[in-house]
Amino acid sequence: MKRFLYELEESWKIAAAQMRSNMTRSTLTALGVIIGIVAVTLMGTAISGISIGFDNSMSVLGDDVLYVTQWPWKPVDDWWNYRDRKKIETDYADKINRIIAATSNSNLIVAVPTSSLMRSVKYGSNEVDGVFTLGTTSDFTLTSTIDCKEGRFFNEIESREGAQVVVVGYDVADALFPSESPIDRTVLINGQNFKVIGVNARQGTFLGLFSWDSMVAIPLTAFNKYFSSKSASDVRPGGASTESDVRVKVKDKKKLTEAKDELTGIMRRVRGLSPEKREDFSINEQQAFKSTLDPVKNTIAIAGLFITGLSLFVGAIGIMNITFVSVKERTKEIGTRKALGARRRTILLQFLIESTALCLLGGFIGLAVAYFLCFGIGKAFPSFPIQFSLGLVVTSMVVSVLTGLISGFAPAWTASRLDPVTALRYE
Amino acid sequence: MDGPQSVRPVGPVVIDIENITKDYVMGEETVHALRAVTLQIRRNEYLAVMGPSGSGKSTLMNMLGCLDTPSSGRYEFNGRNVKEMDDDELAAIRNREIGFVFQTFNLLPRANALRNVELPLIYAGMDPESRKERAAQALNDVGLGDRIHHKPNELSGGQRQRVAIARALVNNPSIILADEPTGNLDSKTGEEIMALLEDLYLRGNTIILVTHERDIAAHARRTIHLRDGLIEMDHMGFIPELDAAIAAT
Repeated sequence: MKRFLYELEESWKIAAAQMRSNMTRSTLTALGVIIGIVAVTLMGTAISGISIGFDNSMSVLGDDVLYVTQWPWKPVDDWWNYRDRKKIETDYADKINRIIAATSNSNLIVAVPTSSLMRSVKYGSNEVDGVFTLGTTSDFTLTSTIDCKEGRFFNEIESREGAQVVVVGYDVADALFPSESPIDRTVLINGQNFKVIGVNARQGTFLGLFSWDSMVAIPLTAFNKYFSSKSASDVRPGGASTESDVRVKVKDKKKLTEAKDELTGIMRRVRGLSPEKREDFSINEQQAFKSTLDPVKNTIAIAGLFITGLSLFVGAIGIMNITFVSVKERTKEIGTRKALGARRRTILLQFLIESTALCLLGGFIGLAVAYFLCFGIGKAFPSFPIQFSLGLVVTSMVVSVLTGLISGFAPAWTASRLDPVTALRYE
Repeated sequence: MDGPQSVRPVGPVVIDIENITKDYVMGEETVHALRAVTLQIRRNEYLAVMGPSGSGKSTLMNMLGCLDTPSSGRYEFNGRNVKEMDDDELAAIRNREIGFVFQTFNLLPRANALRNVELPLIYAGMDPESRKERAAQALNDVGLGDRIHHKPNELSGGQRQRVAIARALVNNPSIILADEPTGNLDSKTGEEIMALLEDLYLRGNTIILVTHERDIAAHARRTIHLRDGLIEMDHMGFIPELDAAIAAT
């Protein structure tokens, strides 16, 4: 064991001396590994960034909320069976709430109606088109994590009376009010005056997934009054029509299945479906959405890592090549070492350590470069969720060492099997 | 070599070779580098192996140095059967029992004298402190006590060979195997190296000298002549007339 440690120490010294004396060669070879590690590390940060972006977008939906919708949140083959379903009406929410109140031990807490449309929002000469305009009740805050940076969400009275007040998303506020606070200003939505009472905290958008940043929320009563899709202007082909759904908050997210069953029963009552009829609505939860998105996310991750992994592979070939050259050049030295009592294992170890040291060096530099690049990207594109973690540092170091060991093995093995007589005679 | 040489009493048998052969297959032809060589070398002998190129001299040296194993025959080193040893056992024998001195010195260019001499001790698993002490002592013994931190390219040829000799000595081997130790040196430096080997012999070391130079072989106390893979002559001392006669045939 001790002897192994001495040999290890000796091998490190030789590796260091070897790198110093072949500076150019070592640098160029390490460059391959540096590029590989930078590529893999950046891809790693991007993937964890994508993952966080997905999760952020998912959290908007809430993991303890059920969504009653016309269409299910998953791809369907028999779309024609869904197309003719009755639309979800916002007044279902009241009916559901009454049933919930009348049920003892209900798994549900509250039903919240929402309607949405794309609308343009205007303040002075600033205008934002295609803003996701949401009409809902004050209970909305129960079903969704929504942080106000300034001001507040509308309250029950405003909600009931259809007050012309609006809570605006971060990006919308930013576009309309570049230099002043939006609170108490009046904006025009579709020509109607709405007073800004709250601004959402920044949530970040990713891959065009839903985000609070680009929406505005107004009381449903006001929404129905001004933006009813029944008006002819909204039925034009390709034009946006009102999308309504009802979201229901669940008491205990561990009992999501029971809650779903209960809600299905309630909805059948609301719709007045006889027992033999199939449901003409869908009940969705975040998980269903996630399970359709996860394969996409994983495919991106695998493809990305595979492609960047190729560059690391090229780097590894460089290391292997240089180690072969090193073995060839130092054949006589290997012979001498063997004559002095170096065993096969000793020689194997020595060249493995040389290739590993080179890879580790490349790994360190690559990691440093990746760190600064991440920092730069983070500064330049704050919305891109890039994550540089300790786990990443450890992983890339492990990857470097493994690259060194794997790429150095073939040459090191060749060296260890050299016949001492032949090696000593080599010029 | 002028003047009488002092001959030290020999000790027990270190190398015991009986009828060893070595064949190499070169394409379709088999080369018999050694055919039935029988030889005993005792502790504290000073033996020169001579012979023209192609005589099997190098092959015999590789056998004696445990760098290679014979095709057939018996080879015992300190009573241990070398023929049956695997690579690692051979490495251990070379490490502890044999000190190599090469014609081209074979020092590690990027390591200083001390680290070069330390190398066999590292392979023997000695701790760093004793290792450094032993290596410095060995360098001191060959007259390089003030050069231990010099790298090979900062040393003269003679000094390099002294480092190599210190390296060969450092593990107290049973034999020192010197292959043309003066081949890359001028004659004056060569004589100095031979004087050092003589000194080592007188201090109780066993030396096997492989050379084709008669002047160099004349330092040994016993000479064997190889020709065509056979020992042609094995005699004590160095007899110039005899050697000349052999050379003439």
